[in-house]
Amino acid sequence: MDGDLFKAIGDATRRTILDELTEKDGQTLFEICGRLTMKHGSTSSRQAISQHLAMLEQAGLVRTRRQGRYKFHHIDTSPLRSIVERWPIDREEPNP
Amino acid sequence: MIRINITSVFVDDQAKALDFYTEKLGFIKKNDVPAGDARWLTVVSPANPDGVELLLEPDGHPAAKPFKKALADDGIPFTQFAVDDVYTEVERLKGLGVEFTQDAVDMGPVVTAVFDDTCGNLIQLATMK
Repeated sequence: MDGDLFKAIGDATRRTILDELTEKDGQTLFEICGRLTMKHGSTSSRQAISQHLAMLEQAGLVRTRRQGRYKFHHIDTSPLRSIVERWPIDREEPNP
Repeated sequence: MIRINITSVFVDDQAKALDFYTEKLGFIKKNDVPAGDARWLTVVSPANPDGVELLLEPDGHPAAKPFKKALADDGIPFTQFAVDDVYTEVERLKGLGVEFTQDAVDMGPVVTAVFDDTCGNLIQLATMK
């Protein structure tokens, strides 16, 4: 599971997909493709983005929901918690 | 000189499509001619009644339905209509019960949204900036 997680966030396009889902949760494949192309100048094909989404889903970072005939993608950041549990982040020293 | 006089959208039911495209979207019926077991049924924009006609074409061909379904499954709109302001139009259409798969999103040079035409298609609304 850890391997899937680190592999999933080790790619710039997949991180951008997560950024866009953070901005607005619940998007069709078409909307995600549009955002990457129009806002980020991505040249990835629909098939490539679909594969990116499959990797994010395998890592538990994206969940899909069917509503009627349409499929929406939702972000789930809970798997990221394992990172800070494995390597706890020190609290910053309070300013004297 | 060549020009575009008609474009079409595959609909599962022409009567239902005419209701949706006129009563919800605001198009006007232009031609309605019997054609075999279907109708040559077109609508136009009130902003340009002599402009491009939209043919509400039956999706009876065996290839049409799988094609429409494959597009809809990925959320891909079949065609695009222009509106003055996508944000306002989304609110107006939602008030009429129209279902959107993508709310108005600023995509840089264009603002777009995507709705379900209830006839098997997704349609994109666009306002160029």
